[in-house]
Amino acid sequence: MRGAEFQAIYVMWLREMKRFVRSKSRIVATVAQPLFFLVVLGSGLRAAVMPGMDVSSDYLTYLAPGIVAMAILFSSMFTGISVLWDKQFGFLQEVLVAPISRLSIIIGRTLGGATLSLIQGFIILVIAIFLGVPIASASGLLFTIIFMVLLAFTAVGFGLVIASKMNDFQGFQIIMNLLLMPLLFLSSALFPIATNQGFPPIIRTLVILNPVFFMVDGLRGSLTGINYSFPPLVDFLVVLVICVAMMGLGSYFFSKSET
Amino acid sequence: MDIITTDNLTKKFNDLVAVDRVSFSVKKGEIFGFLGPNGAGKTTTIKMLTTLLYPTDGSATISGFDIVKERDEVRQNIGIVFQEPALDTQLTGRENLDFHARMYGMSRDKRKNRVDDVLHLVDLEDKEDVLVKNYSGGMKRRLEIARGLMHYPTILFLDEPTLGLDAQTRRAIWEYIKKMNKDESTTIFLTTHYMDEADYLCDRIGIIDHGKILVIDSTANLKNSIGNDVITLSCPDLNKLSRALEKEEWIKNIKIHDSFLTLGVEKGEEKIPILFEIANTLGAKIKSISLRKPTLDDVFLHFTGRLIRDQEQDNTMKERPRALGGGR
Repeated sequence: MRGAEFQAIYVMWLREMKRFVRSKSRIVATVAQPLFFLVVLGSGLRAAVMPGMDVSSDYLTYLAPGIVAMAILFSSMFTGISVLWDKQFGFLQEVLVAPISRLSIIIGRTLGGATLSLIQGFIILVIAIFLGVPIASASGLLFTIIFMVLLAFTAVGFGLVIASKMNDFQGFQIIMNLLLMPLLFLSSALFPIATNQGFPPIIRTLVILNPVFFMVDGLRGSLTGINYSFPPLVDFLVVLVICVAMMGLGSYFFSKSET
Repeated sequence: MDIITTDNLTKKFNDLVAVDRVSFSVKKGEIFGFLGPNGAGKTTTIKMLTTLLYPTDGSATISGFDIVKERDEVRQNIGIVFQEPALDTQLTGRENLDFHARMYGMSRDKRKNRVDDVLHLVDLEDKEDVLVKNYSGGMKRRLEIARGLMHYPTILFLDEPTLGLDAQTRRAIWEYIKKMNKDESTTIFLTTHYMDEADYLCDRIGIIDHGKILVIDSTANLKNSIGNDVITLSCPDLNKLSRALEKEEWIKNIKIHDSFLTLGVEKGEEKIPILFEIANTLGAKIKSISLRKPTLDDVFLHFTGRLIRDQEQDNTMKERPRALGGGR
């Protein structure tokens, strides 16, 4: 790859950062929503014991990894919106006539989106730790960060797929909410499903088929070390496969939609 | 030397032939204009030449590079100002230019100097650190022109450069275009549906309508082909009068339109009395008559049989699909 391609990737990333920093409402919106869940739900129900939860755990500890995942997932919306924005306002053409390969354009955009997702994820993580969520171990924290990175790239890939297929903002938002909400509620992020014998088997099977479940489970296993269903390594492998597949799909649809 | 050549360039969108076997060439250093109503195929041609669309058929080269096989070389050689603004409004003017420079692989020093140069060229130095969303329409256009020049392109494409701008700003943009053609010896390919713009800016013009090129020539030659003077007259017995006038040898060309007649003649002021005499002997009454120097309007009218304004109403009926991003 030529040096010019790296420079192009860098400047596309830089542009995403500048846009993010300048868009105050976006920063507030992306942090406020998960924070609201974490503080209000987590603190309010802290003493609650839910069926399927580990007895030694409180609800905040249960919820925190789920909300970190949620923050990262929801920021993929913004990647999608920025793709749509460029399409709508013609800036995409400026990028497409530059002597830069399509791959570099996709890489630059993905890195930008993933960085922003991670920033939001880390903000929530720090707040959670500050609120008293215990960390299992140093290696667990390292694993948490790896999961967050994988999650960020998966989410951006997802955003690219949907944005490439859509042409207007309203439609995009409706579709994203329609997909993200069930994925989140059926992921054990907010309350235990997979380990709760009270749920009908069909729902528990659905949960196992939900990619977000493995992301949340992996985060939980590595960060707090309790309440998880599978060993983090298993989650890691599943999430890795999902991430690669989603990135592939995302770049495929993105390049298709643009040339 | 020809810097753009096209050979039977064709683009079809499903059944609609947007550009129909277009062949032309543009010489190095000239300002070449595509003149035609909205929907004539101007933007589609530009999109093909700038590698944003694949041609359905035919071929074209830019600075000797094939637009299909050598896309990267073509892209390196061209600058474009799109019809709709394509700036990032969340960035400042300077940042937009810097983004562009990096996308074209320019080094740090070169980047800095060049940004200063082009900002100076379009008089935006004092606004370089203002977010583009606070720019006026004219300032955005100027910034885009500056951006198009950033990477020293050999050819700059301008798609309707003054669309939607007020008269004063248009003048200013025209001056910038002339200036960069002269100072940077950039070849310029522009499209427009404004006659005065084509007339003022272009060395040579191609008139395009319904995807076909009707004529290509220098502005002076095009006007001369009409006659040195144009007489427009209206009269209740148009047909009778025109039949009589067709026999007169001093009339270079004659065309009947809906309610009026245009004549291309030499020394028009001496011909008006003669026209009245002829009308008198026929018993026809001339309702009104006017004499003027030919404009590109006349040229367009001559080659298409219609005014560019009528044409536009026609074409808006069948909206063409947009190449990128548009609703599908």
